[in-house]
Amino acid sequence: MQHSVSIRDLSLNFGSVKVLEHLNLDIAQGEFIVLLGPSGCGKSTLLNCIAGLLDVSDGQIFISGKNVTWEEPKDRGIGMVFQSYALYPQMSVERNLSFGLRVAGMPKDEINRRVARAAEILQIQPLLNRKPANLSGGQRQRVAIGRALVRDVDVFLFDEPLSNLDAKLRSDLRVEIKRLHQRLKNTMIYVTHDQIEALTLADRIAIMKSGVIQQLADPHTIYNKPVNLYVAGFIGSPSMNFLNGTIDGTTFTADDGTVMPINAYEFSSPVTGSRKAVLGVRPEHILLGEAAQAMPFKTEAEIEIVEPMGSETLAWTKVAGVPVTFRCSSDIPLAAGDKVTVGFDIARGSLFDAQTENRL
Amino acid sequence: MADVATQPGQGAETSTRPGFVQRLFLHNITAKVAALPMIATVLVIFVGCTAWTIYYSFTNSRLLPRNDFVGFDQYVRLFGTNRWNISITNLLMYGSMSLVLTLTLGFLLAVLMDQKIRFESAFRTIMLYPFALSFIVTGLVWQWIMNPTLGLQGTMRNLGWTGFTFDWISNPRMVLFALLIAGLWQGVGFCMVLMLAGLRGVDEEIWKAARVDGIPTWRTYISVVLPMMRGVLVTSVVIIGSGIVRLYDLVVALTNGGPGISSEVPAKYVYDYMFGGGNIGQGLAASTMMLVTVMIIMVPWAYLEFGGKGRR
Amino acid sequence: MSQTATMTGTAPASSKSLEDGPRGERPKPFFTPKKIIIYTTLVFFSLYFLFPLYVMLVTSFKTMPEIRFGNIFALPNQINFDAWHRAWTSACTGLTCNGLSPGFWNSVKITIPSTIVSIFIAAVNGYALVNWRFRGSEIFFSILIFGSFIPYQVMLYPLVMITRELGIFGTLPGIIVIHTIFGMPILTLLFRNYFASLPQELFKAARVDGAGFWRIFFEIMLPMSLPIFVVALILQITGIWNDFLFGVVFAGTQNLPMTVQLNNIVNSAQGTPEYNVNMAATVLTGLVPLIIYFVSGKLFVRGVAAGAVKG
Repeated sequence: MQHSVSIRDLSLNFGSVKVLEHLNLDIAQGEFIVLLGPSGCGKSTLLNCIAGLLDVSDGQIFISGKNVTWEEPKDRGIGMVFQSYALYPQMSVERNLSFGLRVAGMPKDEINRRVARAAEILQIQPLLNRKPANLSGGQRQRVAIGRALVRDVDVFLFDEPLSNLDAKLRSDLRVEIKRLHQRLKNTMIYVTHDQIEALTLADRIAIMKSGVIQQLADPHTIYNKPVNLYVAGFIGSPSMNFLNGTIDGTTFTADDGTVMPINAYEFSSPVTGSRKAVLGVRPEHILLGEAAQAMPFKTEAEIEIVEPMGSETLAWTKVAGVPVTFRCSSDIPLAAGDKVTVGFDIARGSLFDAQTENRL
Repeated sequence: MADVATQPGQGAETSTRPGFVQRLFLHNITAKVAALPMIATVLVIFVGCTAWTIYYSFTNSRLLPRNDFVGFDQYVRLFGTNRWNISITNLLMYGSMSLVLTLTLGFLLAVLMDQKIRFESAFRTIMLYPFALSFIVTGLVWQWIMNPTLGLQGTMRNLGWTGFTFDWISNPRMVLFALLIAGLWQGVGFCMVLMLAGLRGVDEEIWKAARVDGIPTWRTYISVVLPMMRGVLVTSVVIIGSGIVRLYDLVVALTNGGPGISSEVPAKYVYDYMFGGGNIGQGLAASTMMLVTVMIIMVPWAYLEFGGKGRR
Repeated sequence: MSQTATMTGTAPASSKSLEDGPRGERPKPFFTPKKIIIYTTLVFFSLYFLFPLYVMLVTSFKTMPEIRFGNIFALPNQINFDAWHRAWTSACTGLTCNGLSPGFWNSVKITIPSTIVSIFIAAVNGYALVNWRFRGSEIFFSILIFGSFIPYQVMLYPLVMITRELGIFGTLPGIIVIHTIFGMPILTLLFRNYFASLPQELFKAARVDGAGFWRIFFEIMLPMSLPIFVVALILQITGIWNDFLFGVVFAGTQNLPMTVQLNNIVNSAQGTPEYNVNMAATVLTGLVPLIIYFVSGKLFVRGVAAGAVKG
């Protein structure tokens, strides 16, 4: 089948600085891909390359089967939404939506039809005669999405579209973008540094670091089977607990001598002999009380700090000499100084080679 | 006493017991004393002197200011004077041409400079250096270049182009264009720097959005960027405009009002009557008219900038 | 999710590799019509801007016969500093024949104290306006800014009377006061904007520590304001050096600045004009601001643009 967007062996250098290196990415028709990573990882650069706003140094870009590597952005069949909205400040919303079509010389009634449709989808009909300065942040971002919508394109590109909004609006618009995707079924490529946005929106997430895609997978896989230490540490809040140690057959021996059975762990490939490794356990995979008793590894621990978050509680303790965070229901009364039994759900944990940092 | 002064930037209403008068003078007393030069300048010079000038422009002052009211006589005489009328016409003609050309060329050059060109800083240095020079220097250089016998015209004729004419400086009908060439030479670079700063201030994502929308570059400049630069444009108009009204040094150095009185300007009229002609009343009336001219430029601007939105 | 996940960027999961057709950078021809138009226009204007400087310099090195029989573009037969020497020491200003040097020293005597006084006062103004607002301070500031647009001619005569009353008309202190007054709006704006951009917590912390108006100004604000002082310095030195009107009215015949003397040499000299001397004198007068301009570079741009930055 034909890919909606296909990136082949893409490289980009600014002088001697390599921003993207031999990057490959195939995106299916109608797929929602999120490029996720810290600032400076190359995710926005990659998006700008796809849009044609940056010239690539090597490699090819295909959109809807057409080689667009040398095409102007307007000829690539893309629409783009920017972080700062980038609305034309002196034009009304209606003109903002129609300006590109007008310049392209499209017939008037076709323009009107498209603007009306976009306005209907985004529910911005009452705003059409206003100037951007008189819109709220959320409304501006809708207009910005509308400007991509009227172009009637196959691929939507979002460059951190919600980063300028406050938390409440952000989650509202997030849902709306998801709804939009379900309704339009376009291919969408979405850049963000916010892992919640990535996990909630994406069909697949590409986690990037220094211009290289670390892992490309659906959110469930990314969260539960991170491919390396970097991904494991980047995704999840609070982040995964890591214990350094050694594995030998069916046991993991932490650096302080604590032994944990790892029979339940599913290795991605068979491991023989003993080697230095890192055990990663997410805070919600550390259990308390009765549930802990059923776990392959359990120990006594003293609670150091308790952070009630409302629906749940985060607690800080020490296991095997290492600070460990765990998450439990807020119904369980916990206080600093309490002694509790904690159990590690090793089957749902992750083991990484200490040397290569890759998943074992 | 200075203890009364508590919080900077606030009246500190709750903690102050002293009355209004004491608060007016003693609150932040050191700051007020330190700002005395500014307060004095504002009250005595900018307000006081201006009021004095307007007031005495209605008197019959000649060698010394006299409190002898003659109503609008000075103004009637002013507008009955050929030299003043020529000055005003010159100012309008020169001013409108200079304003339009400075802005257009400044914007055009700024756009060219904005195209990620090489040697940008060299070009900028070349365009802006005349602005560092005195109008006197500018005027004298161009006076020499436009010298009919030994300057550009003479050179071209000697080189065989006998029909070449560049005698604007001694031609009453062209002398304003001579002023214009010198004035633009000095001012365009400055306008370009202002405009370039404005262009660079435009959000880069606007450019990206326009490219995705398929808007040609020139169209983006005209339809999107130029309207966004309203602030810079208005500021440039005000600065260039108030500079034009003051136009004096350049005329003195380049033409000294000549040939005849064909390149006289109001500022020179004022100076000559105040300090040369012994007719202070005329000078004051003429300078009041200059003030009126500036007000015509300034008041709409002030209204747009500070009035409309109720910003402070 | 039918796609195989590409585990790392280096190993393409897709079986397809590069195809024929466009790849890598867009081809960019070295000469495009757009580039040619841009550079031609810029070079044309550069010639317009450079031409007077060139003419000024070559003329100043020529002899009078060379000027009379040569052309304005031609380079001098030999570099000849005669005209420069004459311009500096013996050119006539209508009455005296001492050259430009007295004017140069007068300009130095006017510029240095005027610059220092005007900057100091404006810095204090800006500081008081930002950190020690008092009733009416913003109104005073607004009038000050609007006042900078009032044509000087409007205030000229009353100022003559005031300075005469104070006994400083036609003296160095007189012209210094005048430059301080008329430099105040732009400089105050400059300092006010700069101080407003500094973190206010710093000022508040010093207040809590018990420091007063002057102590905070000298020990906290000034050490942080070096860049803006340099900008103000550039602005004032070039501005005052280039002044003509105030010099001619207020400085007095003993202190006429260089610009006034230059104009007198060129425009009111008797006898045959010596164009080489005139141009040498013109270059000499433009030298100080030009040196400041070329040395300060970007800061000069900041200085001249400062007037356009709104508060």
